[in-house]
Amino acid sequence: MGNNIIVSGSPHVQTEQTTKSMMYHVVIALMPALLLSFYVFGLGAIIVSIVSIVFCIGFEYLIQKFILKVPTTISDGSALLTGVLLALNLPAGFPVWMIIIGALIAIGVAKLSFGGLGNNIFNPALVARVFLLISFPVQMTKWPEAFADRMKLADATTGATPLGFLKEALRGEGSDIRELMKSLPDYTDMFIGFIGGSIGEISAVLLLLGGLYLIWKKIITWHIPVSVLLTVAAFSAVMWLVDPTQYADPLFHLITGGLMLGAFYMATDLVTSPMSPKGQILFGIGIGLLTMLIRYFGAYPEGVSFAILIMNAFVPLIDRFLKVKKFGV
Amino acid sequence: MTMLKTFPKGGLHVPDNKLSEKEAIQSINLPKTVQIPIAQHIGAPAKIIVERNDKVRTGQVIAKSSGFISANIHSPVTGTVTKIDTFLDSSGYKNPMVSIRVEEDNWIEEVDLSTEVNSEITVSKEEILQRIQNAGIVGLGGATFPSHIKLMVPEHAKAPEILLINGVECEPYLTADHRLMLEKPDEIIIGVQILMKALGVSRAAIGIENNKKDAIKILSERIKNIKGIEIVPLKVKYPQGGEKQLIKAIIKKEVPAGKLPLEVGAVVYNVGTTFAVYEAVQKNKPLIERVVTVTGKSLVKPSNFWVRIGTPIEHLLQAVGGVPENTGKIINGGPMMGKALKDYTVPVTKGTSGILLIPKEKSNRRPMQPCVRCAKCVDVCPMGLEPFLLMALSDNKLVERSKDDNILSCIECGSCSYICPSSRPLLDYIRLGKADVNKFLKSQKDGK
Repeated sequence: MGNNIIVSGSPHVQTEQTTKSMMYHVVIALMPALLLSFYVFGLGAIIVSIVSIVFCIGFEYLIQKFILKVPTTISDGSALLTGVLLALNLPAGFPVWMIIIGALIAIGVAKLSFGGLGNNIFNPALVARVFLLISFPVQMTKWPEAFADRMKLADATTGATPLGFLKEALRGEGSDIRELMKSLPDYTDMFIGFIGGSIGEISAVLLLLGGLYLIWKKIITWHIPVSVLLTVAAFSAVMWLVDPTQYADPLFHLITGGLMLGAFYMATDLVTSPMSPKGQILFGIGIGLLTMLIRYFGAYPEGVSFAILIMNAFVPLIDRFLKVKKFGV
Repeated sequence: MTMLKTFPKGGLHVPDNKLSEKEAIQSINLPKTVQIPIAQHIGAPAKIIVERNDKVRTGQVIAKSSGFISANIHSPVTGTVTKIDTFLDSSGYKNPMVSIRVEEDNWIEEVDLSTEVNSEITVSKEEILQRIQNAGIVGLGGATFPSHIKLMVPEHAKAPEILLINGVECEPYLTADHRLMLEKPDEIIIGVQILMKALGVSRAAIGIENNKKDAIKILSERIKNIKGIEIVPLKVKYPQGGEKQLIKAIIKKEVPAGKLPLEVGAVVYNVGTTFAVYEAVQKNKPLIERVVTVTGKSLVKPSNFWVRIGTPIEHLLQAVGGVPENTGKIINGGPMMGKALKDYTVPVTKGTSGILLIPKEKSNRRPMQPCVRCAKCVDVCPMGLEPFLLMALSDNKLVERSKDDNILSCIECGSCSYICPSSRPLLDYIRLGKADVNKFLKSQKDGK
């Protein structure tokens, strides 16, 4: 008796939720938006997604097995998630060889060279996106138009994103944003996702629903997305009230570009966001402010990915100084 | 719906699995032998005053309190001392015990064995303290701190303002306190009044988690005509029964780190202890038995028993139909804070609130994964600590930083290890870190 008895420290029970299940929940939450993009952009979006996922997982496997010679971790779902997120950050029809470079940057450089899952400072998918944006600016800003040429792989009809269109147009002297916006799709189309842009920039509503699913499933907390969105809304509301001829209204800023994707799926990346609720709120406010500063005054029409990466760099500092209040101290 | 009181920071919901909550407390026949450890409490072990082959009676002192923080130990049976030796106890080590062959159950004369409730509190403050000390009462919630010491308020210390009774029983599976509140409500209320008298306080509150509505109802009825006692239903949240969490929930004050509840004017007793106080003061009965929940999903009939101290756990398991084939772990206590035992021969002690069997397939933790910084450990820690950080500090032997990050505030509730999706042994490392910090503090003190 007693020979098969296990002795270990308490607690003797543990939650059902695992890191792996959390990763897969995020992938599940992204599925509706991804499927809609397949519908809107067609074959170009499907190819980008498949290539991105296959190569992210593939590079993780190859690098761990043959270069690092450590046990492979492809089944933990994190490489899959990076693949999905990278695809969502690229325009449909993006050249395959460039996607492969992006996957190598995301997994090889941004993730594994820092020590793998849990040790990376920057969000891998965003590092890859920004790398591609700087390296291949033309291809990275060639946005296929919604519903045009869905069966074509290349040379699809392209157009500007709503944010890009405004940025260009506002350079003209004496232009009035209210006039310019009349030539854009209406807000309902933007909200549902029938607009041009990256694969994951399209559907604010589906991304929002997926985000709520993640909060409900306790994968993420409300702190980061809410503080990002509120900051963007507040900042853009002030600017809009000051000069409605030059600045678009808050709703426009909330439903366009990569804001929903960034706020719910990229900024909330567990590894690269702060630990305490206070820190998460500061982090979210920082992302919101930087996003709007870039959108208004930067060279790029969209700034969510830069904003998140910049704030990623502040996370160790935030974690050091914004801690949870200790009991009885 | 009114908002139930609770502690504000941290905590979580663990499936409560109170399988035995409807089972009345049963008596169990005496085992053939009992083994009584002389260190069943925090503080100095008691000093054995019997010898081999001595005849002892139920309730007779067999080991005397030996120091300021210590407690008497009594024989739980009538029989012959057969061995004084070291045996395996729940710590996993061998410790001194008195082994007694059970022959009868013949109580010492001064104990009042009648079942009628004696509600007249006639003894003085000093006499109350003396009787509690003589009876060897220690905290039955699991901490096993000698109970009389809490009544000895140091001269320069703050005077106690409120007595808090812990009827929370937030540990999953355990139902000993719950059943006791249902079956001995009058005795518990008298126990509260005795403790109020001894402390010189005019207010008392009994905190009970709201998943025990029947206990809240019964005790509320009993206090209707009694001044100064309040029943406080508390939100169901682990670890609501932590002493500091209970105080915070009821009187909204935080016990400063490293200080005792008295710092905020509170003294806390567990309901089981309160019942033992009643028995000691009103019936002259020493602490030789307690309620033990024997439970687990693999058991045919999870039950609650009145168990004599020193009864081998094996004996309790036989009473519930034997040990199921697939048992992988035997826990002394609940699943969150209980200790895993090495085998079934270990005796029940004053601190044993339950025995939980866990089947093999649930006995091993999942393999550890890298920390993904999900912050769940920070979120659930009821003490506002950062378990992920403390684990890293402990692992790297950064003792001073661990101390500065308040590692000693950890109450070892296990919430962090429970919630970690990467199955990291956070609490294991924090325990090591605490030991290192204590060693460091001791060496500093000794150096000066």
